[in-house]
Amino acid sequence: MFKRKECVAMLLAGGQGSRLYTLTEKTAKPAVPFGGKYRIIDFPLSNCINSGIDTVGVLTQYQPLALNEYIGNGQPWDLDRSSGGVMVLPPYQGKDGAAWYKGTANAIYQNLTFIERYDPDYVLILSGDHIYKMDYSALIAAHKEREADCTIAVIDVPIEEASRFGIMNTDADGRIIEFEEKPKNPKSTNASMGIYLFSRDALREYLIRDENTPGSANDFGKNIIPAMLNDGKRLFAYGFSGYWKDVGTIKSLWDANMDLLGEEPTYNLHDRWFRIYSRTPALPPHFIGEGSSVHNAVITEGNNIYGTVENSVLFSGVTVEAGATVRDAVIMQGCTIKSGATVQYAILDSEVVVGEGAVVGEKCDGEQLIAVVGNGVHVLPGDSIAAGEMYNVAEYEKKNQGGENA
Amino acid sequence: MNAAGIIFSNIHDKNIADLTKKRTMASVPFGCRYRLVDFPLSNMVNSGITDISIITHYNYLSLMEHIGSGKDWDLARRSGGVRILAPYITAYANYKNELYNTRLEALMSVQHSISKMQADYVVLSDCDGICNIDLKDMIRAHEESGAVLTMAVKRIPITPTNAEKNIIVSSDENGEITDLAVHPTFYDKAVADVNINVWVISRSFLLGALVNAQAHGYTSFSQDIIRRSIGREKMRIYRFEGYYANIDSITDYYNYSMELIRNSTVRHDLFDNAKRPILTKVRNSAPAQYTGSAKVSNSLVADGCIIEGTVENSILFRGVKVGKGSVVRNSILFMDTYVGENVSLNCVIADKYVLFHDDVTLSGHPELPFCVEKGRSL
Repeated sequence: MFKRKECVAMLLAGGQGSRLYTLTEKTAKPAVPFGGKYRIIDFPLSNCINSGIDTVGVLTQYQPLALNEYIGNGQPWDLDRSSGGVMVLPPYQGKDGAAWYKGTANAIYQNLTFIERYDPDYVLILSGDHIYKMDYSALIAAHKEREADCTIAVIDVPIEEASRFGIMNTDADGRIIEFEEKPKNPKSTNASMGIYLFSRDALREYLIRDENTPGSANDFGKNIIPAMLNDGKRLFAYGFSGYWKDVGTIKSLWDANMDLLGEEPTYNLHDRWFRIYSRTPALPPHFIGEGSSVHNAVITEGNNIYGTVENSVLFSGVTVEAGATVRDAVIMQGCTIKSGATVQYAILDSEVVVGEGAVVGEKCDGEQLIAVVGNGVHVLPGDSIAAGEMYNVAEYEKKNQGGENA
Repeated sequence: MNAAGIIFSNIHDKNIADLTKKRTMASVPFGCRYRLVDFPLSNMVNSGITDISIITHYNYLSLMEHIGSGKDWDLARRSGGVRILAPYITAYANYKNELYNTRLEALMSVQHSISKMQADYVVLSDCDGICNIDLKDMIRAHEESGAVLTMAVKRIPITPTNAEKNIIVSSDENGEITDLAVHPTFYDKAVADVNINVWVISRSFLLGALVNAQAHGYTSFSQDIIRRSIGREKMRIYRFEGYYANIDSITDYYNYSMELIRNSTVRHDLFDNAKRPILTKVRNSAPAQYTGSAKVSNSLVADGCIIEGTVENSILFRGVKVGKGSVVRNSILFMDTYVGENVSLNCVIADKYVLFHDDVTLSGHPELPFCVEKGRSL
């Protein structure tokens, strides 16, 4: 009944992404909007289908509602298949009780049955934290050629940043001889991208062993990979060059959005041979009104622009009224920037209204801090939100009451 | 919904021959990211009709590519959904070894499909009229009145030039049709109700009419069926109050397109109805990209565009590129038009994949926009 698949992808999408603060209050990090019409999870999902992988398990745990709804039957990514396709895999109750996913490895362990139904040769472990385009079929080819047990995608990072990553030290053939998690004195600059391709049997063996190891953190980086290295298994690094960005913090999310701008953007979304797919609402084209000024911006469907937009990324259904200014900002779905208001160096979550003459965010002399306004906040006319401040609806109400009392 | 839909894709092809050389009227691009068929199709879907047939005649490749499985309209169904009725041998409906020419002949050729439908009512719609109409309300009115045919009409001012382009419908105080003036060369009233080619018909009446038409060799639905039934059958009008545009010529096409830019009420009426969105094929283009040298005003821009130059009063479909130093004014550029550097365009309609090399200058006139055919390189 189940058609055999060469490779099944497992996408870890259960993380909270707590460093995105109010943006992940109600949604898991992979469902965070990015780049005008996407969500973070569109990137690994599109990579899968563009690489010929049509069976993807999405492991959810934290606030899965928006994510479940978004993935739906997988149709936008061509993952609505009669055999395979995309499947959401939440933690479940079994004969021996119910358990949350304790760690990345445990999440996969709990879904070994799902994987084995397709009898795959390889299992690709992905995370929903990064913006990148990658053809996984090249990774699979390299894995086969080297008869590896595990192949880990790595990217060359500047040596001064290497201590923020898991570093893979390899021999001349690319075989991993040592793995260091966030080393103080990195020996190389091969940073793990959190993309692991396992031969199925090796994965099963080590997951079961790890599950039976008391005190294990059940984590791929901390437990599985070191254990395999210890046993002299064949682990290889697969070098990736190209755009790859972690969007786990407010600053990096803002930076990654800014990377889409410019004459030759650092990250180009207009690649027709490697499209990024997304679930889009049926909205009319955007309208740029008379007297508006739009420079260096990414703008999508359903927007009405009558004011000034510069160096910004605007999601669908955004209105910028005449006399309003949006600069160096990320404005998510359905926001309205009223006349005379200014939004700069900021991220507005969806359905935010910025009242007349209000000012959100400011330019900093030193390190640029990004102001964040949470879902559904109505910024009062004339109010100002300073650089780096963050508000959700409750916090914003509190701030205003505080102001009145003072 | 107890209704099925039939859309005529070719009937008005000759109206805008420049744009229908290689496509049906139904698949003519309109409104920055839509095709004309999206309007009747979305109207039907938004009213709960999920069994829709599109009658084609010729040139229907682009239409088939646009519709695909119908999933973008939520019409990829096990039961019902959307299907294209291409002509086959019985399409020689008038027994003269010719393909059908009229609406009635087209319907006769798909008589078998109509007889197999489950619905009590059939909604017929053409593709030359652009509107966002609540068909649910119209079908309800049809059902409640017990009429066999309800014809949507729009009240418009009549001028000497537009009378003969229209079918003028007269009705009594109960809304019952009393007369039909089919393309009259002279009409003496200042305003009149005109047929907008959206009809609700009871299926049993339609099947009876088709049998009759075959027996008597009728060819015109309005002349032979409706006019002969006046006074014998209950036929009513349904006055449509919203925005309606009829594409009758390339100038019409251009003017109605420009109206989308000039008039925000029109845009609002057509597109901003949360309950009745106009749906279209999803192309998964990236959002539009404006560079630092972009200067855009009063324009509709679709996703996938890259703008480095100046764009004014124009409509840019998906995937258009406007290079540095180029100026695009009062123009409509279809999908994937490539405008090089220092190009100047004014009152131009560029069909798909047109390539304007650097330094080209081209201008039409608002009354006579310059059409560049699909795939031309200038």
